[in-house]
Amino acid sequence: MIKTHRVRNLFAAPYLAWIAVFILVPLAMIFWYGFTNESGAFTVENIAAMARPEHAKALWRALYLSVISTLICLLLAYPLCLILTERRTGRQGMIVLLFVLPMWMNFLLRTLAWQTILEKTGILNTVLSALGLPALNIINTQYAILFGMVYNFLPFMVLPLYNALAKIDPSVLNAARDLGANEWQTFLRVTLPLSLPGIVSGVTMVFIPALTTFVISTLLGGSKILLIGNIVEQEFTLAYDWHLGSGLSIILMLFIIVNMVLSALADQNGEASAL
Amino acid sequence: MTQRQHPAVRGVKKLYLALIIVFLYAPIAVMIVQSFNQSRSRARWGGFTLEWYQSLLENEEILRALGNTLSIAALSALFSTLIGLIACLAIVHMTKRARTVLLGIANIPMLNAEIVTGISLMLLFLTLGIRMGYGTILLSHITFCIPYVILSIMPRFQQLNASNYEAALDLGASPPYAFFKVVLPDLMPGIVSGLLMAFTMSIDDFIITHFTKGAGIDTLSTKIYTEVKKGIKPEMYALSTLIFGAVLLLLMLVNRPGKKEKAPSR
Repeated sequence: MIKTHRVRNLFAAPYLAWIAVFILVPLAMIFWYGFTNESGAFTVENIAAMARPEHAKALWRALYLSVISTLICLLLAYPLCLILTERRTGRQGMIVLLFVLPMWMNFLLRTLAWQTILEKTGILNTVLSALGLPALNIINTQYAILFGMVYNFLPFMVLPLYNALAKIDPSVLNAARDLGANEWQTFLRVTLPLSLPGIVSGVTMVFIPALTTFVISTLLGGSKILLIGNIVEQEFTLAYDWHLGSGLSIILMLFIIVNMVLSALADQNGEASAL
Repeated sequence: MTQRQHPAVRGVKKLYLALIIVFLYAPIAVMIVQSFNQSRSRARWGGFTLEWYQSLLENEEILRALGNTLSIAALSALFSTLIGLIACLAIVHMTKRARTVLLGIANIPMLNAEIVTGISLMLLFLTLGIRMGYGTILLSHITFCIPYVILSIMPRFQQLNASNYEAALDLGASPPYAFFKVVLPDLMPGIVSGLLMAFTMSIDDFIITHFTKGAGIDTLSTKIYTEVKKGIKPEMYALSTLIFGAVLLLLMLVNRPGKKEKAPSR
């Protein structure tokens, strides 16, 4: 028994080495660069730089765009997943296929295609003017970025939510109805609490990539509307100021940690109330 | 499903489903149309052509980027599955506390923002003086694929019936023989889905590759990103259409209706 234990610990060794070198050391480096200046002395200047107007503005813009897009994704996905679970006929494969298939097309190309659809003389406006409707000029605005976020991250909301809803035993819903609950009460007191873990993981999976994106704002925002992701990216690829870039990344990580803690708490409550 | 619904309600539901599907597939339809569009400008239809498919075969840059994308995806799927499998073997036998801590750290690349993961790896490579290129992309992809592999294999491990393995040992099998003959077949579905997941994640990645690739090498994603400013070459649309067609065909074969799903053993 002792011998097999040693063998098993040996199994852990390559993986432990991997996470030390490729996860922990790189993260430590961000902190090291973030808290030092060029001469290697300790400083909090790189962190405080987030308060500079151009940085604070980009962070604030990223925050509200990502919060709004997460809400829109949730509002679009919830009824969708309810409809999908209702028609489940043992062909789950088809549903997953429908939402995973677009992800196989490169997401940069898919986002660029929206440029073709949304631009001033694009497909959407051609259709609108043919119908005698006023043109929509949303390309290179914040609305286009919001649109791109919802488009790209909707599947991340749909999949966990669908899994959570599909797990709900139909007899639980029938029991609620038998006991006199109407459709609305059944939804509020049974379906919604039972789907909470799905909502929580969907929200996390949409919010974090939306908050930190620099690609969507570059492609649909005309590279004039900067989000915090763009600022960080430029510090590394254009300005080569690793210290400032790392300092700003630390603030981003703070938001990620807060989001994860909140979702872990909500998850616990959800499980508790589901029992 | 339990009650008969008013036809109007059913109609609204169908319409909603249809709208979401249009939303998801509209850009893909645009790309496919563009791959057959004679006019180089994006918004104008200049007539049907197969010209871009032909010139795709002669476009060495795109083909090289495709080769890099596929080989990096295959290698990182292979290595991350191998490392993930070994890690699972070790993790299942740990104490609960050690397991929680280790899985917490293991999940960092999955939960952290990709831009932060990309930057942290870039800092590592540059500080160690490693020339960034194919190798650094591969190492980074393996790193962010491992948590997805563990996520696919771990539940299978927890469902394993330990007495099967012990029975094999009692019947005289050596531990490795019992592992390969008894445990591994039970883990296979998890391993396959881990492999596929890692392959997909690697192919689809742009952000981490962007920070760890260095100059002189491109995957399809990074090539598209650099082309954005100059305008995407129509050959790229042709290639994407081909990839989409291939994946669609593959998925339809796998999910063909009428094919009975194998019942899980437990």
